[in-house]
Amino acid sequence: MKRPQVKPWAYPGRVQDFPLGSTSKSDHLVSINAGWRTLRPVIDHEKCIDCMKCFLVCPDGVIDKSGPVLEIDYDFCKGCGICAHECPVKAIDMVKEVK
Amino acid sequence: MSGVKRFICGDEAVAEGVRLARPHVVSAYPITPQTIVVERLSEYVEEGSLKARYMHVESEHSAMSCAIGASSVGARAFTATSSQGLLYMAETLPYASGARLPIVMMNANRSIATPWNIYGDQMDAMFLLNSGWIQYYVEDAQEALDMMIQGYRLAEDPEVMTPVMINVDGFVLTHTYELVEIPLQEAVDGFLPPLKMPLNSMSLESPKSLCISAGNDTNMEFNMKQHFDMLRSASAIEAVDRAFGETFGRTYHGALEAIDTEDARVVLITAGTVTGTARGVVKALRAAGKKVGLIKLRVLRPFPVQRLIEALKGVEAVGVLDKNISFGYEGTIFTNVNSALMAGQMSPKTLGFIGGIGGRDITKANLEEAYGKLFEVLEGADLDRVQYLNVRCDY
Repeated sequence: MKRPQVKPWAYPGRVQDFPLGSTSKSDHLVSINAGWRTLRPVIDHEKCIDCMKCFLVCPDGVIDKSGPVLEIDYDFCKGCGICAHECPVKAIDMVKEVK
Repeated sequence: MSGVKRFICGDEAVAEGVRLARPHVVSAYPITPQTIVVERLSEYVEEGSLKARYMHVESEHSAMSCAIGASSVGARAFTATSSQGLLYMAETLPYASGARLPIVMMNANRSIATPWNIYGDQMDAMFLLNSGWIQYYVEDAQEALDMMIQGYRLAEDPEVMTPVMINVDGFVLTHTYELVEIPLQEAVDGFLPPLKMPLNSMSLESPKSLCISAGNDTNMEFNMKQHFDMLRSASAIEAVDRAFGETFGRTYHGALEAIDTEDARVVLITAGTVTGTARGVVKALRAAGKKVGLIKLRVLRPFPVQRLIEALKGVEAVGVLDKNISFGYEGTIFTNVNSALMAGQMSPKTLGFIGGIGGRDITKANLEEAYGKLFEVLEGADLDRVQYLNVRCDY
């Protein structure tokens, strides 16, 4: 998977050392964001026809197409299930997260 | 260096000030009583005397959004609005202040519907007191012009980087004519150099993410930084006004002007054009031997607590004139002044005076009555904390 990387960010020691305003260098990810997911989409590659519909509809852009098969970036997938709902061949199952 | 004098209205003075400040982008939607400002600016762009991009937007929400976009790439941006327009724009104001964009906006103070009314009071700007914008209130057309120039110098100060709203009373100032000195362009250029690309600017060489998310692990600190910088801008407000005086020979005494307060027993606090009326009343009362004073409050955010405390030392009764009502409480400036007095551990008698709502006149007689009530309180009268001026029936 070729995905944006979380970069280490030193928490400022003082409030005045915070960045000026809500602007940062592009691609500046400081944390993953998927903690509230209860259902995880899992792609069945036997059924997947590479139609890319899930890639197009994912609201968080977490479907990765850089490898030989489609992969999901679980660091940012919120588990909304739109990909599974839209998949024309039902190749995506929503599986309960278990810890 | 003095410029030419012209007989112009308050809105035209604003437009002249903006032209001298050389913004790159003007994005605005016309609304009474601001309309003349944006009409003049569009004419200046059309004739080429202002080399700016004039964006004809379809709403005030878009006007500020365009100013935010322009400012985000390092352009000097201007917009102007009023009343319902300011409220329609409201959502975008904290975007500008949170992103620390040095936008300057003129707001023509006008009442808020409903009942519908186009005349002047200051209810509109009070809604946005918490928007993170520095707020000025001006007294006359010269000050309106000058504050457009001071506004950019302050907003663009690297230590400030906060948008500035200049409030100009609707009709009483926007549509009345005065002799106004138009500063020379070269003097303004010296005082207000071209905007250097701020660190938070976006460019093709330095792509940025704008309006980033900051979760509960960092959001509070972002807001605290913005707040602390706004508090610290109090000293820049004084410095910019002093520097303006050195260049143009006029100052406005920074965040507030204290008139005859030194030996005053009773002081009235005003914001905006009504100050002019109050000056005359103070002069007359002083001539009659009454120890009265006046404070012209020019800046409501950052609230000039220390300067108020200094100016009100030894004063026995303080009246605050509010051209607004915070429904269910009192005038907004009155609340702020009382809080400042508590911060200074001072306890003069205080009265709030609400007047001028929906364009109702505030006359000399009304202000004499206000001073009179403050003296009555000193003599032990038990008056309602909030008084209403020039009311046309019993209440």
